[in-house]
Amino acid sequence: MIALRKVSKSFDGGRSFAVRELTLEVAERVFVAIVGDSGSGKTTLLKMINRLVDADGGSVLVAGKPVDADAPYSLRRRIGYVFQGIGLFPHLSVAENIGITPRLLGWAEADIRARVEELIDLVSLPRSYLGRMPAELSGGQQQRVGVARSLAARPSIMLMDEPFGALDPITRDTLGAEYRHLHEQMGLTTVMVTHDVMEAVLLSDRIIVMRQGTVVADGQPHELLLAHPDPGVHALMDMPRRQAERVRALMQDRAHRG
Amino acid sequence: MDERVSAAFRLLPDYLTQHVLLSAASLALGLIISLPLVVIASRRAAVRWPVLGFASVVQTVPSLALLALFYPLLLALSSASAYLFGYSFSALGFLPSLLALTLYSMLPILRNGVTGLMNVDRAIIEAARGVGMTERQRLLRVELPLAAPVLMAGIRTAAVWVIGAATLSTPVGQTSLGNFIFSGLQVENWVAVLFGCGAAVALAIVTDQLLALVESGVRKRAPLRIWTGVALLLLGVAAAAAVQLGGGRKATYIVGAKNFSEQYILADLISDAIHKAGHAASTRVDLGSVIAFRALANNDIDVYVDYSGTVWANVMGRKDWPPREQMVQEMRAALKQEYGVVLLGTLGFENAYALAMRRDRAESLGIAAIGDLAQHAPELALGGDFEFFSRPEWRALRERYGLAFREMRQYQPTFMYRALASRQVDVISAFSSDGRIAADNLLVLQDPLHVIPPYDAIVLIAPARANDPVLRKALEPLLGAIPIELMRQANYSVDRDTDKKSPVQAAQWLSSAAHIR
Repeated sequence: MIALRKVSKSFDGGRSFAVRELTLEVAERVFVAIVGDSGSGKTTLLKMINRLVDADGGSVLVAGKPVDADAPYSLRRRIGYVFQGIGLFPHLSVAENIGITPRLLGWAEADIRARVEELIDLVSLPRSYLGRMPAELSGGQQQRVGVARSLAARPSIMLMDEPFGALDPITRDTLGAEYRHLHEQMGLTTVMVTHDVMEAVLLSDRIIVMRQGTVVADGQPHELLLAHPDPGVHALMDMPRRQAERVRALMQDRAHRG
Repeated sequence: MDERVSAAFRLLPDYLTQHVLLSAASLALGLIISLPLVVIASRRAAVRWPVLGFASVVQTVPSLALLALFYPLLLALSSASAYLFGYSFSALGFLPSLLALTLYSMLPILRNGVTGLMNVDRAIIEAARGVGMTERQRLLRVELPLAAPVLMAGIRTAAVWVIGAATLSTPVGQTSLGNFIFSGLQVENWVAVLFGCGAAVALAIVTDQLLALVESGVRKRAPLRIWTGVALLLLGVAAAAAVQLGGGRKATYIVGAKNFSEQYILADLISDAIHKAGHAASTRVDLGSVIAFRALANNDIDVYVDYSGTVWANVMGRKDWPPREQMVQEMRAALKQEYGVVLLGTLGFENAYALAMRRDRAESLGIAAIGDLAQHAPELALGGDFEFFSRPEWRALRERYGLAFREMRQYQPTFMYRALASRQVDVISAFSSDGRIAADNLLVLQDPLHVIPPYDAIVLIAPARANDPVLRKALEPLLGAIPIELMRQANYSVDRDTDKKSPVQAAQWLSSAAHIR
């Protein structure tokens, strides 16, 4: 479980807040999507969970324990992290990239090798790719490796920051669906930041809408798709609804003619 | 084979191996100091700009000056250490060269290292943090490997710079390939100059290529290339060390010499005398004029020949000019008391500063003495060696005779005579023992006011050798044995354009011509 209590973060010494007194709990095995405009504080919120950003005030707990109880690196080895930049190590092979966290944790080489093979299968890449360098892969293949790398040390929590944002729409859709499957299969708790409401609606169990560092809406996708008192949230959720209605109309039209 | 080429090949093993060891030590020390600075500077802007700024400033200091500055600095440290801890070290030769070249090597390493580290993609840094690397793991596993190709390119640049600049360590008493160049330039042995240049260039190219091999290994992640390159480099350094250590050329006595032909000949004459007495001796040539005395006082060299007027004015700082006998006597006592240096005696000739002109030019202007020069000086150009214009003798001449020349130029001595011959200058600061005075048919202007002090050649012995019986016994036959005519001839045989002799040959000729047993 992840819990944030009255968490604040300012990057300019307190004149403005990226995240302001935000309180939030995420239950185990839930897939949460955080949506909002640029500058709404969603990425900052995510990074405070694995301490890529340290909170100025309030407390962040992971599995009931404050995140600053241990060294940041030890916390990060227990939490998977995937982001838009991917950041595969260009001087390491695919296998070495996937196996990096287990290696940092001091796993035996045989265990690392077995885990790497298991993961490459899981993200649907051929094993022959293990010896390749990241530059030899397409963007979608690279992000499959990024996901495999983040899962290597069997984390129970996954943090994802626009993970599929740089990919073409088809690859993005495929990878999203496949990840949702992994999430369920492995019983993960996932927090995903996205600016794509459609992606949030299709993948998540719960959507949190942020604006100016605070939560303005929080609920299951179908709840938010119904009318919402906040006009901003309403406008945001109107887009997937209109798209769905248009698609439905088109399909019915085709059925009548046929 | 040309005698000069075979002579150069005989000297090559010693010069080359010392050059290799000096360059390797400087580069290694430069790396040891620079690499931690690179890491710190890449992380803190507050450190970055001062460090890179300092390295850039060092780079703009001419390398010869940088080398020259380390000598007095180390000398001061050495005497401070002798005073505080009773331990002094040699401020001449290896140490100042090592430190100056180390500083010189740092800029390319620092600049490329910092650039390499700062240019690592931010996404990769974020990923390194995200997967749970510590600061140290991020540096060692991600940042340094990614910066390594750029860093290696900087190390290559540093290596080439250091090998080139190491040739300039000769004047501070470190043997290097520069000895070919400095001595060759002095006695117009262009074969030696070219030989030294060629050897330094070849060494730089070979080193650069081996480092290029390492660099390509780093870039392509081919460990075989890296280790082959590193192994060959280390092998070269080890071979140089083996030659230096195994040569067994541990000289018992070190004979110093300043940077002109007469000094080379006299240094060879003295080491020859020491050899004849059954002891080993080596020469350390091309020392700066004042550096030579300091080196002697600090026991970095054991013996050398200086000139009474030089020591009187530059070392003792005296401005009066007593008669020559009295000057030598006073000097003997003062040097002993103040520095522990022994003035063994005079060689028998004088190498004084003198003003000289082409005979035809002097006669057409009606000039015979320096006094006649004053009225013509505003139309004339004066050529001097590198020291002359900063010496008290020049100030005294200028003031006492009221000399104001149209132009004053500095030359390396050989080129000064050329400039006179080609009428670029009308008057030069000649040396009275110079063979070219007679050979070029020059007129030495009289000094009726006796402004120019005596410059008797004197043998000086280091404090540590003050009571050394071998040295005294070997050198006593030289005292008073060398008349000016013979010295001029010996000098000319080295300086002339055709049928040149090496300083060693000239010393042998001088020894037999002067009937030194």
